[in-house]
Amino acid sequence: MTAPIATNQTILVVGGGISGMTAALEAAECGKQVLLVEKTPTLGGRTAQLYRYFPKMCHPTCGMEINLKRIRGNPNLRTMTMTQVVAVSGSRGDYKVTLKVSPRYVNENCTACGKCGEAVSAEVADAYNYGLSKVRAAYLPHVMAYPQRYVIDASIVGTPEGEKAKAACPVNAVDLDMKEETIEINVGAVVWATGWRPFDANKIQPYGYDRIANVITSVEFERLADPHGPTGGKLLRPSDGNPAKNVAFIQCAGSRDENYLRHCSRICCMASLKQTQYVREAWGDAGKSTIYYIDIRAIDRFEDFYANVWKDSTVSFVKSKVARIAENEANGNPVLHGVDTEGYHRYATEHDLVVLAVGMEPEVTGVKLPADIVMDSSNFIEGSKDGGMFGAGAASSPLDVNRAVQSATAASLKAIQVIHKNASTEAA
Amino acid sequence: MTATYKNDFLKEVEANVEDGQWVKMCMQCGVCAGSCPLGPHWQHSPQKIFMMIRAGKREEVLTSDSMWMCTSCYNCIVRCPRKLPITHIMHGLANYAHRLGLAPKGQPTREIAKLFWDNIVKTGRVNELKFSLAMYFKDGFGQGVKNAMAMQGIGLGLMKAKRLNPMEMLGGHTCKDKGGIHKMIAKAREIEDRRKGLSGH
Repeated sequence: MTAPIATNQTILVVGGGISGMTAALEAAECGKQVLLVEKTPTLGGRTAQLYRYFPKMCHPTCGMEINLKRIRGNPNLRTMTMTQVVAVSGSRGDYKVTLKVSPRYVNENCTACGKCGEAVSAEVADAYNYGLSKVRAAYLPHVMAYPQRYVIDASIVGTPEGEKAKAACPVNAVDLDMKEETIEINVGAVVWATGWRPFDANKIQPYGYDRIANVITSVEFERLADPHGPTGGKLLRPSDGNPAKNVAFIQCAGSRDENYLRHCSRICCMASLKQTQYVREAWGDAGKSTIYYIDIRAIDRFEDFYANVWKDSTVSFVKSKVARIAENEANGNPVLHGVDTEGYHRYATEHDLVVLAVGMEPEVTGVKLPADIVMDSSNFIEGSKDGGMFGAGAASSPLDVNRAVQSATAASLKAIQVIHKNASTEAA
Repeated sequence: MTATYKNDFLKEVEANVEDGQWVKMCMQCGVCAGSCPLGPHWQHSPQKIFMMIRAGKREEVLTSDSMWMCTSCYNCIVRCPRKLPITHIMHGLANYAHRLGLAPKGQPTREIAKLFWDNIVKTGRVNELKFSLAMYFKDGFGQGVKNAMAMQGIGLGLMKAKRLNPMEMLGGHTCKDKGGIHKMIAKAREIEDRRKGLSGH
């Protein structure tokens, strides 16, 4: 791999999700040099793992397509996947950044023909489907992956499986001798678009995510609804593959809770309201969605969406945070226990499937960031004290796609200002 | 006509009930009510009590037997998303209602708490024999004899295992400085009364 050329005129964008792609593109289209680095083998991030967006209920693929077209056509923008930032030193306008590039074991000759995938039989958990299904150990991360290049999972390198993949490749793209590389670069500004991860539902002990098969998370439900998901888009429950027609959504699963995440994750109410429409789409009037909530926070213009879901006869609302979930062992149904706030009625209600609307946790939680970075009490990135590094998108605050794009554009503008100042200082 | 919001009782609770200042932090999620092992047996769940306090239902709250049902298992505190010290508030409310003389008469938990208190302050030590007998006989002599007869086997077993001494009936063991304990308790009561703006009783 050729080391990217970067100078103190370059903006480094960390994270290739919707926010990182946006920040990188906005700056590159303003004529700035941009390096976009992404930890996983593909751009797209968690947005690419959604079935539909709210409020327009369109698919993320078209937005991805537009952004990828812009990326392909822009010579100012370089992207590096499987690349992580391991250290940053220096200050505003002049940072030294150490990057670690993990081996993909597939070079740029790859045409994504898929022969290596057909040749191997070993399987690994499919990260695209949040581990709900398996994928061959030589795989394309997903249909919209960028770059459109296969990955050989490290677990088969040095085994006969790895050799099978290499032998099957008609264009000599499989390179099992690739090694991890460390690269030092110089940049002027850094945009941290490191995104979010779903809160670990195993930590919410009373909800039994770790022990009740039919308790899943909202991100997993996205995969169930998606035709590219583990069930081919059918809403089938994990325990027995039976149709999940009576679905419960539990709000604030982790969020607004001093025991887990202190903040309101903002997106989960809209995500569940949206997902009730997946249930309707799948089963029509035979579907049934129940949202258990403390308050519905469908912020600003999304109130309309909420009002429309409220009118949907297949959707009902229970004002109560569920206290605990048990399992009916006879049929695998989760049983929700709690007391509602509108009349203080005690309930024990059975559903086919429970979807935990898990909160957004910053992906950098637990990761050592440069000392200069300022984070809030929930580990969202505010920026650096020296004013040369900026948080963007869901790394900076719990944001939906639309607001993440706005935030990324704003961060990009701040980064451009740093580079401008550099340029004018050098000219003078 | 619009009803004006009165928070007099909330203020009273904040000023006089241990940890009462937390009541306003409740967001009415209901996790405490659903997590309480005695939940189905209360008239008012903690969540409901907190809302009643805010709604100014002074009489209903202070005469409720719900706070007296708390067994201090602490499940509600552990689960509360806002970390309200719910167990402590329940005990604070019970104590306040008791001091005001509004606590429900004959509520068994309250009766036992009173018997225990009277027993332990006398000598500074719990006299288990007298405490057991006081419990047996709290509902009258006839019931007391019945209770004592029913528990006879256990009593004899305890005696055999030297866990119960019949000689305790004659006054029983005490702490070294009984007078000192009484002074300490009187002082503590004085301080607490001053803090809570109450006097005497």
